[in-house]
Amino acid sequence: MKVKVWGCRGSLPAPGPENAIYGGNTSCIQVTHGETCFILDGGSGILRLGKYLNPNIREIHVLLSHLHMDHTMGLGFFTPLYNPNIKVHIYGPSTSNEPLVNRLRRYFSPPLFPVRVSELPSHPIIHELNNCQFSIGDVEIKSDYICHPGPTLGYRLTADKRVFAYMPDHELQMGSANFPHDPEWTSGFEIANGADLLFHDAAYTSKEYVTKIGWGHSSVRDAIAFGKMCRVKKLALFHHEPVRSDEQLDQMLKESKKNLKLNFEVELCAEGAVYDLD
Amino acid sequence: MPAQPLELILARQFGDSLGMPCFLVDPDGNLLFYNEAAETIFGLRFGETGGMRVEEWATVFTPTDSEGNPIIPEDLPLVKTISTQSPAFGSFYIDSLKGERIHITVSSFPIMGRPNRFLGSMAMFWKTEEI
Repeated sequence: MKVKVWGCRGSLPAPGPENAIYGGNTSCIQVTHGETCFILDGGSGILRLGKYLNPNIREIHVLLSHLHMDHTMGLGFFTPLYNPNIKVHIYGPSTSNEPLVNRLRRYFSPPLFPVRVSELPSHPIIHELNNCQFSIGDVEIKSDYICHPGPTLGYRLTADKRVFAYMPDHELQMGSANFPHDPEWTSGFEIANGADLLFHDAAYTSKEYVTKIGWGHSSVRDAIAFGKMCRVKKLALFHHEPVRSDEQLDQMLKESKKNLKLNFEVELCAEGAVYDLD
Repeated sequence: MPAQPLELILARQFGDSLGMPCFLVDPDGNLLFYNEAAETIFGLRFGETGGMRVEEWATVFTPTDSEGNPIIPEDLPLVKTISTQSPAFGSFYIDSLKGERIHITVSSFPIMGRPNRFLGSMAMFWKTEEI
């Protein structure tokens, strides 16, 4: 599996020279395995991804973690949606009442966007997910609801015994009893357990988190504690605050790792980074 | 042991933060958690008992009616909720593990996850009278 980062900023795109290293685009990850292509989330990073897709591709699977704007704002600019020769599948979390397609239509309609879903050259194929497991090509996908306001899924992709786990927006303290000491009672544990690579929300410093409890995000320290609990091999911190510069992100990670003895790698997710899980 | 679904994790967090007694079970009725306020009534700390099978918790507190007749597990509100996936309500007596006979009133409700998954049940109860 090859994992490429097209956007890892949280909440709002944040272009600018001060963000040149970690990037300004919001959540968008491309995962390829052989001929199979997945895109996790449709944030603003999906625009560039669309431009650089293999021109021979005929089928794409877009897995949405949830429908907050920073995860969907790029969908209308995703060129394969306007190419009738490409079959686009969109997967997202079920709710109790409203079908996923109706929730997507809220974005694909004025005043947010001029083109309606029904006006696309071919209607994307919609798949509703909850806690489930399925396969596409040789990749096994597991989805579980995780702790974040509104229906939100974490994804676990497994191929050739290598695991990539994706939880871009996830509040660990709120979704856990006795964090980080009880895996059975921790949201997202099944998604991340033993992963070779985990992308996890680390929006805040520990000091910031206490003023933002319930907003759906985690601190860097909590993300690291979760990575340790799940025995991941590598943790890439995700959902960088839009106001935080490269320099500030580096400083935040440095301070958060102070006095920690870690037996796995921890780094900041950066736009353009590629991880080869072979 | 596999992790619990988010809905049960949040239900436990909710129960843990309440000052009123509450009890959380899985879809088979196995006890997953009871809070500090419930510990006071049962006379036993959750940390000491951990989880229990339905057959165990439904009898360990010796539920009885007002005349002292045993109540079968199937007639307890929480067990009804587990079997019907519907809310239930009832009043009865239990013997705490300290030997006290306590009158309690129980409201139980199913925990249905999105889109329509039965994940367990929760019961809130009130100590209504001491004998």
